[in-house]
Amino acid sequence: MRLTLRVWRQAGPSAPGRLVTYELPDVSEHMSFLEMLDVLNERLTEKGEEPIAFDHDCREGICGTCGFMISGIAHGKMPATTVCQLHMRHFRDGEELVLEPWRSKAFPVLRDLVVDRGAFDRIIQAGGYVAVNTGTAQDANAIPVAKADADVAMDAASCIGCGACVAQCPNGAAQLFTAAKVSQLALLPQGQPERWQRVERMVAQLEREAFGSCTNYGECEAVCPKGVSLDFIAMMNRDWLRNVFRVRRESRATGGAG
Amino acid sequence: MRLDARIPAGPIEGKWERCKFEMKLVNPANKRRFKVLVVGSGLAGASAAASLGELGYEVECFCYQDSPRRAHSISAQGGINAAKNYQNDGDSVFRLFYDTVKGGDFRAREANVYRLAEVSGAIIDQCVAQGVPFAREYGGLLANRSFGGAQVSRTFYARGQTGQQLLLGAYQALERQIALGKVRMFTRTEMLDLVVEDGRARGIVVRDLKTGEIRRHAGHAVVLATGGYGNAFHLSTNAKGCNATAIWRAHKRGAAFANPCYTQIHPTCIPVSGDYQSKLTLMSESLRNDGRIWVPLRKGDTRPAGEIPEAERDYYLERRYPAFGNLVPRDIASRAAKQVCDEGRGVGPTGLGVYLDFSESIGRLGRAAIEERYGNLFEMYERITGEDPYSVPMRIFPAVHYTMGGLWVDYHLMSSVQGLYVLGEANFSDHGANRLGASALMQGLADGYFVIPYTIGDDLAARLGEKVSSDTPAFSEVETGVRDRLRKLTSIRGKRTVDSFHRELGQVMWAECGMGRNATGLRRAIERLPGLRAEFWENVNVLGSGDGLNQSLEKAGRVADFLELGELICRDALHREESCGGHFREEHQTPEGEALRDDEHFRYVAAWEWAGEGREPVLHKEPLEFEYVHLAQRSYK
Repeated sequence: MRLTLRVWRQAGPSAPGRLVTYELPDVSEHMSFLEMLDVLNERLTEKGEEPIAFDHDCREGICGTCGFMISGIAHGKMPATTVCQLHMRHFRDGEELVLEPWRSKAFPVLRDLVVDRGAFDRIIQAGGYVAVNTGTAQDANAIPVAKADADVAMDAASCIGCGACVAQCPNGAAQLFTAAKVSQLALLPQGQPERWQRVERMVAQLEREAFGSCTNYGECEAVCPKGVSLDFIAMMNRDWLRNVFRVRRESRATGGAG
Repeated sequence: MRLDARIPAGPIEGKWERCKFEMKLVNPANKRRFKVLVVGSGLAGASAAASLGELGYEVECFCYQDSPRRAHSISAQGGINAAKNYQNDGDSVFRLFYDTVKGGDFRAREANVYRLAEVSGAIIDQCVAQGVPFAREYGGLLANRSFGGAQVSRTFYARGQTGQQLLLGAYQALERQIALGKVRMFTRTEMLDLVVEDGRARGIVVRDLKTGEIRRHAGHAVVLATGGYGNAFHLSTNAKGCNATAIWRAHKRGAAFANPCYTQIHPTCIPVSGDYQSKLTLMSESLRNDGRIWVPLRKGDTRPAGEIPEAERDYYLERRYPAFGNLVPRDIASRAAKQVCDEGRGVGPTGLGVYLDFSESIGRLGRAAIEERYGNLFEMYERITGEDPYSVPMRIFPAVHYTMGGLWVDYHLMSSVQGLYVLGEANFSDHGANRLGASALMQGLADGYFVIPYTIGDDLAARLGEKVSSDTPAFSEVETGVRDRLRKLTSIRGKRTVDSFHRELGQVMWAECGMGRNATGLRRAIERLPGLRAEFWENVNVLGSGDGLNQSLEKAGRVADFLELGELICRDALHREESCGGHFREEHQTPEGEALRDDEHFRYVAAWEWAGEGREPVLHKEPLEFEYVHLAQRSYK
């Protein structure tokens, strides 16, 4: 099939960018989207033009490295699919597609379709863990965990940290990403001791980064390649609010903060 | 080069205990005086960096990805083994040890494997405590399954995303240490060379992939946890960025490379569909628990699977190996698939595929049960092929997946360069000539959580007060070399792309050094590769400069190293005149076509020493002693 791509090209973080048009006369329907870009890049190189930079690694939809906007939709139009797993059989002959990097102030463009998602790591640093040093754990079966809880925790844990949720959100909010980790750990007994400080610190970090606020549009869930549910945002908000009252109650009990 | 494996004396059950007691300790207050550089942030690297940070060492950790959460460990689907015996089915540390040595076709070091089995239980404890959401039974306890050739259920799993969940556990532990200031993380940073001073690893030279800046990092010890080299075959199940540069550079600086020819070809991957193919996708081996593998009985039978009656199908694994059936180890399943395809009985448009059929188990257990077990894998298959595996059988074909070979290490996981440690897939130590399913995750985490935190202290203890600096002639020399090479790559401006060289290398490797190898083909490859290398350095086209993000330049450096390593893989395969595990020499097989080992002549680790550009590498042998596992021809019949 024949496709026209309009691709965002930007030489560096502070360079101006623009959309450049490329014609692909012979795309096979069996290719993945990234394989199509590989072929285009080979041809560009042969012509002496620098290839399009895009992030990718496992090409199995699990590492979360790849991702860009395809005609306004993060990872393209197929539900629950990362761009590396998106195959060309879903496109029509003659289609024109616009490829842009993730749209978010919190994810600055490094080059072409490559962005810096370091903000996600900083949110995890703020509390997205159970503080358990190596070697201190008790036997793995010492605490039973209800299967239903373990299953929902796994649903939350399946987030791959790709950033599509932020890119698609009209506000550029990162609530879905943050809530997935907060909820995974809040659902498990191992996450209880740090449950309240975790939600407080992770949300505080979220607000320090250049993300927007969540107003429940739900576009994050719609484009999430792993189908992470909006319910987790509700769970996180509830925990965050409960913590506000916990802190207030505790400070009253100890005679105030001073 | 002298290779001393430093295996502790005494009975195997007590070796690790004894080693831990005999090793020197670094006082808790002194640990912060030592800087350790950890390269790689997969299961082995992240767990090592986090654990060393917790102990108090100053750690610097490097990964080429944009976040340590993305290392290729994340792609492991099936599970992680541990000798917990939670299922009361007769498992034990000794059995896991025995199975691993046997599964590795008696080419692994007994003492290392025993330790791996011994610490396996603690890994599960640690991961559960971190909040890894393993699969559970209704009673709330951990679920297990049997996996790839094991006759006990010792595999723990988190849906089909076990690697992801274990990596996120280690990543979160690492991020916690980063927040505490104990680990400094350098993402999008690639190690391009090792600095050795007075025979000791002193640091690394890296390139910041965002800015192109070349930097020096000095430390008291260097830990490489940079994964395997399967991408030397171009098409493999490895992530696109997986590369051998760190271990290959270390090899050229004095680290012996052990058993490079031991590569694992995984039997259940989605077949190649065209020239543009950029990588191969693995379908978890757990699928073989409920799927039946078959091809048409007749050659050239092109009817759709559903129209081939039961009597005209050949369930060849069940036929040849009645005891293990579809669950034979990976090397055997892969070779059997190749054989039926060579006979002209392969399926799919290319004839390079076999069926993996779930209709019988869907009939027996119901679609819901299969969906619960493999739902995400079925979805992935459908996404890639456009076929629905609930209604038509999957098509699968073997692909390069894992490399058992790697840098030689002793019992402390130290390479032949003092102060240079190698963990996880990057080393050679635990899987012999073939790795069992669900053992890679176990080894990565064993090395990182429970071995290196102990062994590194033994070497460091004697070095208290030693100052390390990157402002030395050795660092300058290495940095100059790195800069020259990058400049060379961007100045050739030839006619061929990096990918075209990589593809050609892969074709040579797969044809001559893939599932079946013979002396003629290997010699042909060894003759051809130097020419391809020379052409690369005259005719490769890397556009742009080294001053910023340049993905072609990154790839070019990696492919240049694969072009050298590929030859070593072939040389090792040529010298090993026997068949064992993933290394199948066509000249050495039983009348039934099974691998024929030669324990009398090849019961050793082949450790190759770099002898300089244009010189043949020097072979060193570490004999393997089997005191506990009875050497036998593997039989899965």
